[in-house]
Amino acid sequence: MISVAKKKSDQFEDALKKLQEIVEKLEKGDLPLEEAMECFSEGMKLAHFCHKKLEEADSKVRMLVKDQQGGWASAPFETPPGEGDRE
Amino acid sequence: MLLPYHDEESGILTVSRLNQQIKTLLESHFPFVWVQGEISNFRVPSSGHFYFTLKDERSQISAVFFRQQNRFLRFLPQAGMQVICQARVGVYEPKGEYQVIVEVMEPAGVGALQLAFEQLKKKLEAEGLFDQARKKPLPLCPQNVCIVTSRTGAAIRDILKIFQRSPYPISATILPVAVQGPDARFEITEAIEAANNLSRIHEWDLMIVTRGGGSIEDLWPFNEEMVARAIAGSSIPTISAVGHEIDFTISDLAADLRMPTPSAAAQWVVGGLEKFHRDLHGCRDRMAQVVRQRVDTLYLKLKFLGSRIIHPQRRLEDLRLLLDDRLERIERAINRRIEKCSTLCAHLGDRLLYLNPDAQIQRRRAELNRECKELMLQQQRIFDGCRLEFEQAASRLEALSPLGVLNRGYSITYKAAGRKLVRKFSEVAPGEKVMVQLADGLLECCVESSRADDER
Repeated sequence: MISVAKKKSDQFEDALKKLQEIVEKLEKGDLPLEEAMECFSEGMKLAHFCHKKLEEADSKVRMLVKDQQGGWASAPFETPPGEGDRE
Repeated sequence: MLLPYHDEESGILTVSRLNQQIKTLLESHFPFVWVQGEISNFRVPSSGHFYFTLKDERSQISAVFFRQQNRFLRFLPQAGMQVICQARVGVYEPKGEYQVIVEVMEPAGVGALQLAFEQLKKKLEAEGLFDQARKKPLPLCPQNVCIVTSRTGAAIRDILKIFQRSPYPISATILPVAVQGPDARFEITEAIEAANNLSRIHEWDLMIVTRGGGSIEDLWPFNEEMVARAIAGSSIPTISAVGHEIDFTISDLAADLRMPTPSAAAQWVVGGLEKFHRDLHGCRDRMAQVVRQRVDTLYLKLKFLGSRIIHPQRRLEDLRLLLDDRLERIERAINRRIEKCSTLCAHLGDRLLYLNPDAQIQRRRAELNRECKELMLQQQRIFDGCRLEFEQAASRLEALSPLGVLNRGYSITYKAAGRKLVRKFSEVAPGEKVMVQLADGLLECCVESSRADDER
């Protein structure tokens, strides 16, 4: 049950990790300027990537229910009335 | 009180008859008893029935716990375990043996559920199912969450409330299951497995297996082995959040993270996103600051070095200035020389001027002028003498002129037209204009009448 394809969340985490490494590298301050600028540019790209991915995500709620054939089908989720209405 | 059974005729019983009668007697007399004892000699043949002996300090009795009944048992009986059994006494006629047939078994002292929990925990622990090494890393940025819970429970409401209040987009997919009752463990297990099968499509980065608070029986599905195994086997990182803070379940141990309540699980997700955002911004800011500082420093250095470079233009200007200076000096020198020469020249000129024959010429010319003037004066004198002589002659002549007569009162009349001298009155007709010349002026007259003198 190990997924082969790299999941979106992994990409995030890799990106953030890489970004952190870049920051630390930059903060050490012993990089030649050209390399530092390259690092910076890559870092900004990574930050942008992460940020964009975060913004892109949608906050929806749905439900997967078992259908007649035993598969799982998407269905809208509604908070059951009564208990939910108390708030 | 036991009534003797005997053959009506001989009074001798067969073994079968005796055993049959014993069976009837015992089974009808002990159809329902509670018995407590220690389990020993526990064995389970392939039939699935439990065979064991119940004993105390002084006595023992065989016992059987048939599969049909023992499958509802939540713990596994073990030798040495004190149990209380609800049973009936049964006689196995072919062997003439009696035993207790167990219907329900409870551990003595601790509750059955508690015991079951401890046993399963010990078992799975021994298998290494709860090992830290098995735990999957939880996502730093949990955005797409799959939730296995009841669709009507308080848990899902609490979770969604927290998600919806969060400033971050979180996508939640609910796999609705029964979270209590006999089917719950199957539904939960199936849902966890289904989530894993579907995770490639849905890209869930986190699964929450959860339910709200309840009695220990209500929470029991989360202490089931199959649920625990499904959670431990999940490839999606899993949070278990069952019941309240005090409730601890096998699912909690099998999961990658235990959260005390559904709300806490939701809060963990939001907190994770918050931290991710913070880290991201922190990284970006730090990076930008470092690079800016670096660039600023280099810029200052560059400026400093730059200021030390002398532009060829300036060198050129310097040379130009130098050249100008030299030229000026040359010019000045030449001018000085010229000036000197011109002074000399002027001096010589003055001297030359002094020696100029012009002065002599002037002198001579003045002399000449004087002589000329003298000559003119002499001439004028001669001329004046002549004119005097002439004027005297003229006045003498004038005395003889008719005009002199006019001075004595005579006048001369002319016709206005033609200035013809009028000598006779008949020459003018009345109305004609005449002019009368007196010694000192002229009269313009109109003739009124004209007549001879004698006509007066």
